[in-house]
Amino acid sequence: MPPLLEARHLRKVFRSGGQRFGPSTETIAVSDFSLSIDADKPSFTTIAGESGSGKTTIARMLLGVLNPSAGEVLYQGRDVHDLQKEERRQFRKDVQAIFQDPFEVYNPFYKIDHILTTPVRKFGLAASKADAYDKIREALRAVGLRPEETLGRYPHQLSGGQRQRITIARALLLKPKLIIADEPVSMVDASLRATILSTLHALYRDFGISFIYITHDLTTAYQVSENIVILFHGAVAEAGHTEKVIKDPQHPYTRELIHSIPVPEPGREWIDEAVEEKEVVDIEAIEAEEAAAGCRYVLRCPQAMAQCAAAPPFYRPEAERAVACFLHAESPVLESGDLNEVFSAAADAQR
Amino acid sequence: MSKADKEVLLDIRDLEVHFETRRGIARAVNKVDLTLYKGERFGLVGESGSGKTTLILALLRMIKTPGLIAGGKATLDDGTDLIQLDREQVRQARLKRVAMVPQGAMNSLNPVMRIGDQLMLTMREHAVEESPPPKAAQLERAIELLARVGLKPEVARLYPHELSGGMKQRACIAQAISLNPQLILADEPTSALDVVVQRQIMQTLRQLQHQLNATVLLVGHDMGLMAQFAERVGIMYGGKLVEVGQVEEIFHNPQHPYTQLLISSIPSFETKGEFKGIPGVGLSLLEPPSGCLFHPRCPQAMPQCSQRIPTLKTVAPDHLASCLLHEEDADAPAS
Repeated sequence: MPPLLEARHLRKVFRSGGQRFGPSTETIAVSDFSLSIDADKPSFTTIAGESGSGKTTIARMLLGVLNPSAGEVLYQGRDVHDLQKEERRQFRKDVQAIFQDPFEVYNPFYKIDHILTTPVRKFGLAASKADAYDKIREALRAVGLRPEETLGRYPHQLSGGQRQRITIARALLLKPKLIIADEPVSMVDASLRATILSTLHALYRDFGISFIYITHDLTTAYQVSENIVILFHGAVAEAGHTEKVIKDPQHPYTRELIHSIPVPEPGREWIDEAVEEKEVVDIEAIEAEEAAAGCRYVLRCPQAMAQCAAAPPFYRPEAERAVACFLHAESPVLESGDLNEVFSAAADAQR
Repeated sequence: MSKADKEVLLDIRDLEVHFETRRGIARAVNKVDLTLYKGERFGLVGESGSGKTTLILALLRMIKTPGLIAGGKATLDDGTDLIQLDREQVRQARLKRVAMVPQGAMNSLNPVMRIGDQLMLTMREHAVEESPPPKAAQLERAIELLARVGLKPEVARLYPHELSGGMKQRACIAQAISLNPQLILADEPTSALDVVVQRQIMQTLRQLQHQLNATVLLVGHDMGLMAQFAERVGIMYGGKLVEVGQVEEIFHNPQHPYTQLLISSIPSFETKGEFKGIPGVGLSLLEPPSGCLFHPRCPQAMPQCSQRIPTLKTVAPDHLASCLLHEEDADAPAS
């Protein structure tokens, strides 16, 4: 059986400028990304990275709304840009999206009912109006909302957290196989984040829906996901079982990222108390120089070596982890580049 | 360090900010008392709508209609009450005494003005002297400020769109420290930045705070950031300050049920697959509950919580909380 969704060597280059405004510049948003999501085994995968790492670009390519510059996205073995009408409908039903901003996805003139009845109607999910509302109520309850307090109201009458849960209920109505959630909790208050994440996790656990969770927040990624992909400037730095990657990072970038997180425990020396001597280094000024070929982290890497001028392949120091760094050059290479091999090994190890 | 050996910089008493709407008055800042000491880093935490940003806007006298400062005092160490200043005095106090590092640096800089010119303009605008120093001296000062926040002199000639997010935030910090203020109000200065850049910016702010011996009031909702940056922390809920204490006290020995829930809801690398939120929904300032504002969501609510309004009481040395659980005569009928 082909995977539900498969990304093969995705690459995206954005061009800007050109013509009369001087030479055009190329930004490599995603350099080479491969991942497959199994149809029969649900998985919870985080794609983590800072702004500009290409995580949203990957999400948009996986959803088929952005054309890759090279590579392909396959839905059940067929290119998503090449689907027949009925297959396309099935793809749109099976793969759902939850976006970052729960304020922008609603039309303020329509009641909440509208955003929930539209998919029911478009996909012919219900036999009658009463049946449709039964299904909607069920979906709302599944995300922890009370239908009687939600239906019949306008978006502005609901809080950000409630709105985001309605978008999850909408996705759930379609009984999808995969939900791609792009920063679903970054706009809601910290006290509500836990509630929304536990809703997503329950859908994975109880309904067997696979998730691709896109975030810059490694702590929430750690809470919910089985597998994690760490992106840096469009390239995968490290990927593997979340527990291993977060607790024992192997790529120098993953280490820098994890050490930069302010932990809610006073007195951890997150800020260097030797305030006077320390010279201010501006990492963004370094980045402006941009390493084109080679490892994209080389200019910031404290352990950079001569061979870093070439792009590192994925080394596999252990079955459940892939690291794109020459520091692990003595480990075997992951030939296919498909991170799912690593994730499957992690899933097997868990069993 | 105990309270006794610290000098008070700013004493806020009964500060009230109201927003008058058609549906009634929203008390965004509701009789807040807060003392800030010289050279300390104070973190003010609260969810959106808790009044934390409104509080610092009030200190800068930037509340616009329909909002108004309905009462209270904010007295600096020399006796100046920020709330009573007239227009001209406000101009002189801003930047020179109280400065702000805004949340969205990208929206705070003038897009059609070079960074150097903006620094020079603000220094001239808020200078106390009658005649500004010569242009060359101003430029020299602007470049010196950029160096202090880790930016190269060339940045003075750039426009905001030519800078990255972190560089813009640094430029805003340079502006804030341009006239050596005693109090820096920082409103979620790193919420739009990546964690690696965030750490660098906070490091810069920490360094400058030390060099100027200034007090920093950091407003935000990231408890991790507060734990790492602040020496004392205050928690706001519904426009009221509900708990204040040393950072270790707040994190290890929180006394208000809201603070306790807030601390336990922080995701960490220790707790996998555990999700603890705060039950209920945030309150509406237009229809606040009676008594303690938190009682409808409080797991430890008692019958009297809906009748009596708790006040900040000392629960431990340098540690205040506003909760009836800590008021000895809580059982007595409301007077």
